[in-house]
Amino acid sequence: MRRSVYSEIGFNKIKSVLYFVIFSIFITGFFGVIGYYEGEISTYLALGVSLSCFSIFLTYFFSASLILRSLKAKPALKSDFFNLYTVTENLCLASGLPMPKIYVIEDKSPNAFATGRNPRHAVICVTTGLLQILDRSELEGVIAHEISHIKNYDVLLASMIALLSNLIFLTTRMRFLNNPDFRIKKNPLSLFTLCFYYFFTLFAPIIAIIIQLAISRQREYLADADASLLTRYPEALANALEKLDSYRQGLIDASYSNAHLFIVNPLKQTDAHNWLSNLFSTHPPLKKRVEILRNI
Amino acid sequence: MPLIFFLAPLFFLVSYLIYLYNSLIVANNRIKEALSSIEIQLKRRFDLVPNLVETVKGYAKHEASVFQQVTLARTALHDAKNIHDKAVANDTLTFALKSLFAVSEAYPDLKSDSNFSELQRQLEDTEDKVAYARQFYNSQVLDFNTKISLFPANFFSKFMNFHFFEFFNSNNESKEPIKVSF
Repeated sequence: MRRSVYSEIGFNKIKSVLYFVIFSIFITGFFGVIGYYEGEISTYLALGVSLSCFSIFLTYFFSASLILRSLKAKPALKSDFFNLYTVTENLCLASGLPMPKIYVIEDKSPNAFATGRNPRHAVICVTTGLLQILDRSELEGVIAHEISHIKNYDVLLASMIALLSNLIFLTTRMRFLNNPDFRIKKNPLSLFTLCFYYFFTLFAPIIAIIIQLAISRQREYLADADASLLTRYPEALANALEKLDSYRQGLIDASYSNAHLFIVNPLKQTDAHNWLSNLFSTHPPLKKRVEILRNI
Repeated sequence: MPLIFFLAPLFFLVSYLIYLYNSLIVANNRIKEALSSIEIQLKRRFDLVPNLVETVKGYAKHEASVFQQVTLARTALHDAKNIHDKAVANDTLTFALKSLFAVSEAYPDLKSDSNFSELQRQLEDTEDKVAYARQFYNSQVLDFNTKISLFPANFFSKFMNFHFFEFFNSNNESKEPIKVSF
């Protein structure tokens, strides 16, 4: 039986809210622990709540423009990128979505990503290298993959997850936590708070990253499948993925914080596929994606 | 006590009916929107054709039968009222335009005209867009028709005055081979 697209969207929205809640609890709890040491729990709790709300607000409204700026993406004109525009317009018609904004990155490394908070505020961005090496039907496969990310609200989920893991990373690496003076300030450490402290600083970032990566890999498979449903031509996307993978140079402005957005990994690590590297990779093994597409 | 045995099923039935009615209205509106996006493209195509005919006439005056074919197909598209007629008229126009473009191959001056190549590009783009909009419309119609024919919705949807929608299909997907005369 056909999987309902609408239930998938609802599920992703719920997940995004769930991440928001986990995120707030984590940040507030973290500030609570600091407050406990300082002897001023309520001040620190209030600080934690306002910080988490503020960063959620920032992520929801501004993460797309921040990402575009960090990658030096420029808005594309229809007169210059006729193929890219018409392919996107066609696929929007086929999926019933409003037309997203289109951006281009001047970079030889072929890649693409989508971002935004919902289909009405969505952006699709491709590199000039991608436009050079793909033909029209392959480009269509790639854009259909990105449109599926937008349609399924993966874009919102991705930015919420990235916020969570980035902030956990940042807070646990704040200088003053490693300062011995701070640790013995007001209250002596009980065994419980000691465990709590080590959990936050050591294990939470690792767990957050593993969850983030597992979800982003799963979303890639799903977007590939939905793209095939949209274009009815999985072979073109499979060819495109192979072409993108065969280019051995990474994207210049890509970094660890935005790598999970792209259709193929822009960082181009070595291709060792043991269970450990799979656990920490942002993308599923490309061979497996191509194999699945060819068997549809 | 017996009252609750009567009221509980009634409550569930009424909730189900409200849910069914609202979800069918949503699906119904989605189909209407999908149909209007096909019509926007058909309109755009309809508006582009006269410009193309005028441009080609400037170079190839003697191909009167092809011009007539295109003009007739365009008028048929304009006059088409129901979905099936529109689909048929659209296919006829596509076929007529194909022979127009085939004829224009014989005129090198025409082919190098920038106005002509721009019109050709736009018409091909519109044709693609009709095909994609039609794919979306047909998938929405399929969802809706399945929904109202499943039990028990099939029983209630009749009373709510919901009917099957027609697919945007011409049923003669230009299967006959193109005649070539030497």
